[in-house]
Amino acid sequence: MTRDEITAGLAEILEEVAGVNPDDVAEGKSFTDDLDVDSLSMVEVVVAAEEKFGVKIPDNEVQNLKTVGDAVSYIEAQA
Amino acid sequence: MTGSRILALGHYQPSRIVTNDDLAQIVETNDEWIRDRVGIASRRIAGDETVADMAAAAADKALANSGLTAADIDLVVVATCTSIDRSPNVACRVAAKLGITAPGAFDLNTACSGFAYALGTVDHAIRAGASRNAIVIGAEKLSDFTDWTDRSTCIIFADGAGAAVVTATAEGEPAGVGPVVWGSVPEKGDAVRIEGWRPYVKQEGQTVFRWATTALAPLALQACERAGVAPSELAAFVPHQANTRIIDGIAKRLGIPNAIIAKDLIESGNTSAASVPLALSKLVERREVPSGAPVLLFGFGGGLTYAGQVVRCP
Repeated sequence: MTRDEITAGLAEILEEVAGVNPDDVAEGKSFTDDLDVDSLSMVEVVVAAEEKFGVKIPDNEVQNLKTVGDAVSYIEAQA
Repeated sequence: MTGSRILALGHYQPSRIVTNDDLAQIVETNDEWIRDRVGIASRRIAGDETVADMAAAAADKALANSGLTAADIDLVVVATCTSIDRSPNVACRVAAKLGITAPGAFDLNTACSGFAYALGTVDHAIRAGASRNAIVIGAEKLSDFTDWTDRSTCIIFADGAGAAVVTATAEGEPAGVGPVVWGSVPEKGDAVRIEGWRPYVKQEGQTVFRWATTALAPLALQACERAGVAPSELAAFVPHQANTRIIDGIAKRLGIPNAIIAKDLIESGNTSAASVPLALSKLVERREVPSGAPVLLFGFGGGLTYAGQVVRCP
């Protein structure tokens, strides 16, 4: 799976969970500051991402995922 | 074997209402933020009332609603994690205030899941013949354990009590309290804590949210299955009143299209072990659930612990 494909998958999840416009989702964007995803929605995104990409993202890892790019890198390394 | 059923309910809340705007005066927060993240609009905060005072007031109403008298009660169980006094326990204080003589009397602490644990324990006591008529109470004064300078927690917690009179069913009468499904996740114990001397409630919000929205629905469904009630038959779902987003997250996974979903936290805040009986008592008082209809109770919280069962509405 390419980074672009993972980003597109995350965009789908972000739209469904937090109502984020998929066009706004890019690797440089911060979940909280740019996409307005709050801490609880972030948990929902992570849970949905685990299912979608077949990876494990433990609680203590969630806080390290500041940007979409961080999440893409983590998922890319795990998948 | 004789089972048990809830005969009547009662609740007590302190008169003082604290709104989100009130909290915005003391910490950096605002009404919209609290409603969006937690779902609470206002909460009740006790003045001089102790946990035992609130527990007794709720129990007194439940007893009055039941048609029984203090002389009929042989067991008092109080679920609480916020009683300041170590002894006598809250159950004995309640018995003394209500004039209940010589009951079995004990407190039980499983934090926010306490009422469902206590109800399960009382059901077992009745089935074992150790009790005929019991009072089960959830009562908490979280305000004594709240750091009023911490905006992440002080917006959540509140005070109150709810009580149920539980009685043995007659021979051949179907049980009104279904089998309890209970358990814990001890390795996640640090997620909700009230530790040490003069402690404050602390919690890891994301950890609790993730656990609650992913792990609990299958357990709640087990409680339905063990009671022989299909989720679509449920007239109401009364989970611990922690957060509307948790409640909605669990409800979505249950498939309960015909159930009223209790959201008493909007006006009551999170009252830990009191939240389930408080919300249930209000549903019954407002006649929103028909007598005999199945209601799923599910408590969860510190420990981490959880417990739930299907009950027939009194």
